[in-house]
Amino acid sequence: MSSSLTISAPLPGWEPEPLPGKLIVLEGTDAVGRSTQIAILREWLEAEGFGVATTALARSTLAGAGLRKAMDGHTLDEITFALFYCTDFADRLERDVIPALRAGQIVLADRYILSLMARSIVRGVPLEWLQTLYGFALKPDLVIYLKADVAALVRRVVSRGRGFEWWESGLDFLTERSPYRSFQEYQKRVLASFEKLGEIYPFTTIVATGEVANVNKQLREVITPLLGTLPG
Amino acid sequence: MTPFSTSPAGTAAAPLPGKLVIVEGIDGSGKSTQIDLVRKWLIAQGYAVAYSEWNSSPIVSDVTRTGKKGRLLSPLTFSLIHAADFADRYYRYILPALEAGAIVLVDRYVYTAFARDAARGVDRGWLRKTYSFATVPTVAFYFRVPLDEALKRILRGRPELKWYEAGMDLRLSDDPYESFRLFQDRILAEYESMIAEFGFTVIDATRPMTAQQREVREIIGPHAEGALRAPPSAWKAVVRDSRIFGRYLDELVESEKPKKPDDGSADEETAA
Repeated sequence: MSSSLTISAPLPGWEPEPLPGKLIVLEGTDAVGRSTQIAILREWLEAEGFGVATTALARSTLAGAGLRKAMDGHTLDEITFALFYCTDFADRLERDVIPALRAGQIVLADRYILSLMARSIVRGVPLEWLQTLYGFALKPDLVIYLKADVAALVRRVVSRGRGFEWWESGLDFLTERSPYRSFQEYQKRVLASFEKLGEIYPFTTIVATGEVANVNKQLREVITPLLGTLPG
Repeated sequence: MTPFSTSPAGTAAAPLPGKLVIVEGIDGSGKSTQIDLVRKWLIAQGYAVAYSEWNSSPIVSDVTRTGKKGRLLSPLTFSLIHAADFADRYYRYILPALEAGAIVLVDRYVYTAFARDAARGVDRGWLRKTYSFATVPTVAFYFRVPLDEALKRILRGRPELKWYEAGMDLRLSDDPYESFRLFQDRILAEYESMIAEFGFTVIDATRPMTAQQREVREIIGPHAEGALRAPPSAWKAVVRDSRIFGRYLDELVESEKPKKPDDGSADEETAA
């Protein structure tokens, strides 16, 4: 029931109501294995008979395509980017997340406000401004932080076979020209931002550097207690 | 409203040498006409004048257009996408021109969002914080006009009102004209309450247009002194004096014409 409340600001036009579903958030940096874990969790939860909805960055009806297009050009200022991401987030919250929670579904969010804040913070956007901006976000029922060290991320990116991508390496603002070294520096900063954010917005940490199956087992252990209170 | 003490890049914000003059008012207050006359006047005096209007960022406009056409916007996403649009214009165009020492004229600034979004039920404190990256204008003109007078100017000839322009998303009335009136009334109330909060320079927009323009010029005049100067289209005079002409120059003239945004992305205003 805690998901019927927002973090610090009202959601315009929304009367707080009981939302029988559960909002479960997986936060964590790039290449930490979030999407894999969410896919497995979804299979598991549906097999258990629960209705599941997922949501992820830049997937909104309203702004998803526009945001992806803007990222191709990487020409926007950081404040503009933050507001664009926030538009995408707000649209998914209002259009996808709240209706699913109202219907009693489990919503698995592949990143939520902390990842969005972390990417902005490392690029110099003031934390306090971001905190107000995202004040309308629903308080999740559970926030899990998938933690990994930079060396583990490097191994994953290399074996993924797409190389070190522009945004994931902070090449838009770091002066290091080697994608590998830039990736290390960028991810180091992002991980530090997550640690700092964890002091403000507490989360459950799961170390994601181990076997996929083992990480998933730990995820199920922290998610299972929430399931008992779901209707049906 | 206070600007960020540091720029998003983390460098200390220097005082801006340029001058920022903005106009606000409800639809039909005549503010766009007035700022256009100011622009002509300043350019004629040899100032480098930058100009920006609401809702015209090329990067964000696709999303705004999609949102408006498909009626996909909630009060919150309407507010956020306009904030993104403003931020893009601010950092790409308004701020650099102020850093360069130019006079920057802006038709609708953050106060338009404060008024319009608050009229849609968005939290006032949240709005002020969200737009806190924007610098405080040198002069903020508020063109004050009674609702009935503004409506008379806009609705003469019964123009077609767009969905969000008429505030139809608020379900105030099924009739677009009645909805528009109720929505504008709310916006007007927000503007009125901001006069003292932000120290608007109030212009009586019921007076004759030329009288208003005289008053506005008197106020801007002292601020303009010392601003960046750039003779307009200097190359054209040189070319004319040398009697050079031809199609390459015609193409150049064509390419320098300001591009009009597409129909759907234009400002919501109907006022002429």
